[in-house]
Amino acid sequence: MNILVCISNVPDTTTRIKYTTDQKEVDYSGVQWIINPWDELALTRAIELKEANPALIQKITAITVGKADAEPTLRKALACGADDAIRVDASGVDSFYTASQLTNAIKDESFDLILCGIESSDFNGAAVGGMLAELLDWPSVSAVSSVNIENESVKVTREIDGGKQLMETGTPSVLIVQKGIALNPRIPSMRGIMTARTKQLKVVPAVEAAAQSHILTFAAPPQKSACKIIDAENLDELARLLHTEARVI
Amino acid sequence: MNFEFTEEQLMIQQAARDYAQRDLIEDVIERDTNSIYPAKHVKALSELGFMGMLVDPKYDGGGMDTISYVLAMEEISKVDSSVSVIMSVNNSLVCYGIENFGTEEQKEKFLKPLARGEKIGAFLLSEPEAGSDATSQRTTAEDMGDHYLLNGTKNWITNGNTAGTYLVIAQTHPEKKHKGINVLIVDRHSPGITVGPHEDKMGMRSSDTHSVMFNNVKVPKENRIGEDGFGFKFAMKTLDGGRIGIAAQALGIASGAFERAVKYSKERKAFGTEIANHQSVAFKLADMAVKIENARNLCLKAAWLKDQGKPYGYASAMAKYYAAEIAMEVTTEAVQIHGGYGYVKEYHVERLMREAKLTQIYEGTSEIQKIVISRQILNEF
Repeated sequence: MNILVCISNVPDTTTRIKYTTDQKEVDYSGVQWIINPWDELALTRAIELKEANPALIQKITAITVGKADAEPTLRKALACGADDAIRVDASGVDSFYTASQLTNAIKDESFDLILCGIESSDFNGAAVGGMLAELLDWPSVSAVSSVNIENESVKVTREIDGGKQLMETGTPSVLIVQKGIALNPRIPSMRGIMTARTKQLKVVPAVEAAAQSHILTFAAPPQKSACKIIDAENLDELARLLHTEARVI
Repeated sequence: MNFEFTEEQLMIQQAARDYAQRDLIEDVIERDTNSIYPAKHVKALSELGFMGMLVDPKYDGGGMDTISYVLAMEEISKVDSSVSVIMSVNNSLVCYGIENFGTEEQKEKFLKPLARGEKIGAFLLSEPEAGSDATSQRTTAEDMGDHYLLNGTKNWITNGNTAGTYLVIAQTHPEKKHKGINVLIVDRHSPGITVGPHEDKMGMRSSDTHSVMFNNVKVPKENRIGEDGFGFKFAMKTLDGGRIGIAAQALGIASGAFERAVKYSKERKAFGTEIANHQSVAFKLADMAVKIENARNLCLKAAWLKDQGKPYGYASAMAKYYAAEIAMEVTTEAVQIHGGYGYVKEYHVERLMREAKLTQIYEGTSEIQKIVISRQILNEF
């Protein structure tokens, strides 16, 4: 069984996001790039599954759609334990464009399972996984919080309102995973970092794909107002402020 | 001149940061308060390869360069120097010493488990009456033909109880003074070894510091590193490299305190505004930043020289001296910026201040570093 993990290259989650003066683009100067946290958990789970069952899972491939500056992120995926990587040489435009690039890049490969993070921490589109499954004409399961593989059967848990749903699917399929899929992201070991440089990172040219949407403008959220500390004894004042200023009661 | 790090160096820095900020931070206050040895962290860092990161992969090490080591030491030390000192002693004293001066058999038998982190090493040089004056070794290694007989006491031994492998510096030929000193690889569980009680220290309280007593301990002859009488030279050469580790540790203590001071000063309000907006605080931050940058550059230069195979003793003494001094200054200012909160454990900076003090003392006091530096200056000019 071969597993593909889709990796989005995103700004570090502590980045202070700035926009260009015309508010049309994100200003990425000085940004540190990381593996999207949900994708990192997906990758971690894929590695755990391979470690637990090396006879069943032969290969884990990490893939991203991005320019050359996304390669350190893919190298980290290789250092963590992916066996090889694919970079589609294109800048993401929208979810459909990204899903189209991914579909094309893997059309001649043989994957049995694709893991995608539920969304990316930058644009929060939460759409690529579903679109990819649709373009591949594969079944998909969303909001997966645990996955186990027994022979060819893929057992997953989904978090639903008021409980959990246990499901079984086969291969090939796309699993769109969320928090809980792995406890903590894998930290690469020295050996992993050293071997990452010898693993294959294939660059695939982009194909024509029409974006289905475009961004009009960005707007920063309003600045947070100052925190007010009310004395624990002064409940009347708390109630007054919640009513007259915060207007929540 | 290139100030850019390689992709791999950045990855190692990030790996160390992720581990420190995610896992190491969790129980650091409790471990410090109760002097609890960080066993699970040593195991985890061993599995990640940090305990033998400088060792050649053919001896099961990480094969990383000294620059990567400085970056990793800084990140771990931002959170807990009790852990980074274990990493430093194992990597840059014990593993380095065996790898560079040991025989193939010694590397096979002793280095590999140390590089994998399955065993931890300790470096036994200091004595109750021989600290900075390392030539005055009273521990004796009497030549008995096929083995040495070890007698004496060593003090302030990091990993003293938990280590599996000791490197013991001892006098074989007192008449030859420092040229009669040997270094022996000793199994910590050899008959005749007694480990003293855990030292109740001011800082780095969860590292395992003990005195170690040797009473007629038999050490096979093949466990001696180098020629007869190589021990003092061995210690000096090894400590040159060890200084880079402790310099990077001091740097990490300073930058850890600095990062906390910056964060706090942007949150804490006084007189109607965040305290960072008061010049008295902002100028402190500027001074701290300059000192840290200087210390970092000294550490990286010493590491670079070592990686290039160039002499680095002078540079590592400078890095260790300066980084330790500014670690004390920066952590003191970080406590001051935090005010009363800086004086309680929850905010970490008081612990960092306690840890900083040790970096001025161990692996060569600041005064010893100044001897090394000034002798070099006076020899050269």
